Amino acid sequence: MFLYKYYTNINENELIETFFTKLLKSSQKLYKLKLNYQKIIYFIEKVVIKLGGTSMEKPIIQIENLTTSFRIKDHYHAAVDNVSFSVNENEIVAVVGESGCGKSALALSIMQLHSKDRTKMEGAINFKGKNLLPLNEAQLNKVRGKEMGMIFQEPLTALNPLMMVGKQIEENLDYHTKLSKEQKKTRTLELLSQVGIPYPELTYKQYPHELSGGMRQRVMISIAIACNPDLIIADEPTTALDVTIQAQILDLLKSIQQKTQMGIILITHDLSVVAEVADKIVVMYAGQVVETGTVREILKNPLHPYTKSLLHSIPSAITDKSRLHVIEGIVPSIAKMDRVGCRFKERISWIPEEAHEHSPELHEVETGHWVRCTCYQHFHFQDEKGEMITHDIT
Amino acid sequence: MWKFILRRVLIMIPQLFILSIIVFAMAKAMPGDALSGKVMDPGISPERIEELRDQMGLNDPMHTQYIRWISNVAQGDFGQSYTHKTKVMNVIEDRVWQTVYLSLFTVIIIYALAIPLGILSGRYNDTWIDKAITGYTYVGFATPTFIFGLIVLFLFGFTLDLFPTGGTVSSKVDEGTFAYFLSKLNHMVLPAFSAALISTVGVVQYLRSEVVDNKLKDYVRTARSKGIPESKVYSRHILRNSFLPIAAFLGYEITGLIGGSIIIETIFSYPGIGQLFVTSISLRDFSVVTALVMLTGFATLLGTLLSDIILSAVDPRIRIE
Repeated sequence: MFLYKYYTNINENELIETFFTKLLKSSQKLYKLKLNYQKIIYFIEKVVIKLGGTSMEKPIIQIENLTTSFRIKDHYHAAVDNVSFSVNENEIVAVVGESGCGKSALALSIMQLHSKDRTKMEGAINFKGKNLLPLNEAQLNKVRGKEMGMIFQEPLTALNPLMMVGKQIEENLDYHTKLSKEQKKTRTLELLSQVGIPYPELTYKQYPHELSGGMRQRVMISIAIACNPDLIIADEPTTALDVTIQAQILDLLKSIQQKTQMGIILITHDLSVVAEVADKIVVMYAGQVVETGTVREILKNPLHPYTKSLLHSIPSAITDKSRLHVIEGIVPSIAKMDRVGCRFKERISWIPEEAHEHSPELHEVETGHWVRCTCYQHFHFQDEKGEMITHDIT
Repeated sequence: MWKFILRRVLIMIPQLFILSIIVFAMAKAMPGDALSGKVMDPGISPERIEELRDQMGLNDPMHTQYIRWISNVAQGDFGQSYTHKTKVMNVIEDRVWQTVYLSLFTVIIIYALAIPLGILSGRYNDTWIDKAITGYTYVGFATPTFIFGLIVLFLFGFTLDLFPTGGTVSSKVDEGTFAYFLSKLNHMVLPAFSAALISTVGVVQYLRSEVVDNKLKDYVRTARSKGIPESKVYSRHILRNSFLPIAAFLGYEITGLIGGSIIIETIFSYPGIGQLFVTSISLRDFSVVTALVMLTGFATLLGTLLSDIILSAVDPRIRIE
């Protein structure tokens, strides 16, 4: 009844008129902004993506054969070894693995935040079609913070204790935008409310130690997204937080990502986080990618022994196992690592030597699903004895 | 904030009271008194000396002497100086300003040297420049002030005759003129530099290790991830955090400002508090000695309070309620 009244009140001519004026205004706007042809196409793409809800497979960053080596006593040891993967627009790629597998080293390599005199980097990081590796500091600074943001693991130590939270967010705008002082403040307050901080005005003037862990991580996120970057690298953003806050932060990241269509590289060792938010998984072990594929594919059909073991190690409330599955041994240190053969060999010692490749490569088992080394074909957990005989080793 | 300061000042009263007892007891425990030197004087008979002692109350029991002294001190009267034949406060007042000028000049040199050296050494750690600066700090730590002061005095004062070797001002200039000021400054150069060049090494080392520590902190990595130029990463993030302990240390400098440096003032015959202290002890001028110790004690307490206030001003994590 009410709706009917509402509609009848509007004149048909009026409707058409408003439509055209709006169209005219928007075209004027387009003209004013001097949007070029490419940008319009980009805009249309975005609309299509929004309508269709699927990514158009437009890669933001393509990492190709990236090797990052650290100098330890005059020798370089690769912590990130020949890693390749790409992140598309509107996609969350999770990088998983134990501590010491080179996840954080990879994240810092992409941002090139490793100290230059102790690090050697090879390969290519093609970010929006431009290789970042040969760039100098000044050129990198135009990318860092502006087109690429980073969220760190421990939000207390990652914020400057002597600087107001608002100022730390504004700092990002200082170097990448030409906004006036007031505009910067408005933008900062907007960012703070965007990341779900209840009293932006108050928080703006607070210092990191006055905020809770979750609040600090929200501030970190607002720093990372301040300049609307195309890519965010989140290095274990939820590790230092308790479970309820973890969920909130993940939801926040996901919602921001859906709004802005950016790509996220999510570094984590929490597989439940991966299942919740990620689109693609890159499993890393000892600096190498051992398995990669879509989340559905990998969680449904994990192939590499390491991935299987990781998934097997998740405590479950349903099965009444009294002992948790443990992956034997530890991740080898980069200085002592044996770089020939399958690196996971030592930790699955019950699998015969012949099962491993001499120089393991990534095999595409299904479209987009890659696994390193052939040992996956012969892998079984130690307590499942029978299967060993059924496999014939080639 | 004001409540806190008031409370701290009130706490100072019992602290100073305890200090006064110790000072008085130690002064009395030292052998001899103001009249000891006169025993050998043929102009005064031993009976007369005893009489004088009685007059001055030196033969009274310890506690009556203390009560008499402390009640005068509480009224701001430190008594008479036996050697200077005038009020103790007058003696100190003459000297204290000389010491304040010299110490202020020294402190300025210390920080003017330490801040750039510490930053350079910390920022470019393990390079040749850092090695040179650390080398200097080791030499500075190893060199005693009295040796270095003497060398400086000999080289620049006597051999090269570049600077005056004693006093605070030339007798040829009139007070209040610019020449007077320059002359004063000229007299301070040698003592100030020889004290500063040695004392600065501690601050340099402190600042260096703070910078080295801070530049590996997570928030510095965050700053770099924002794409801030390296110079700004230093000025806005690393240095501000590195200056915290140095700023707090500044409060303690006030002690030196008033207490003076015994060694430097003695070597350069600079008539300040430090020199007065040494001569008063050797002349058994206890009223001056006790007054000076009380003054230095008060300055120390004030210095710690000032340090707390400075620290709370620069570090938001420390707030005085």
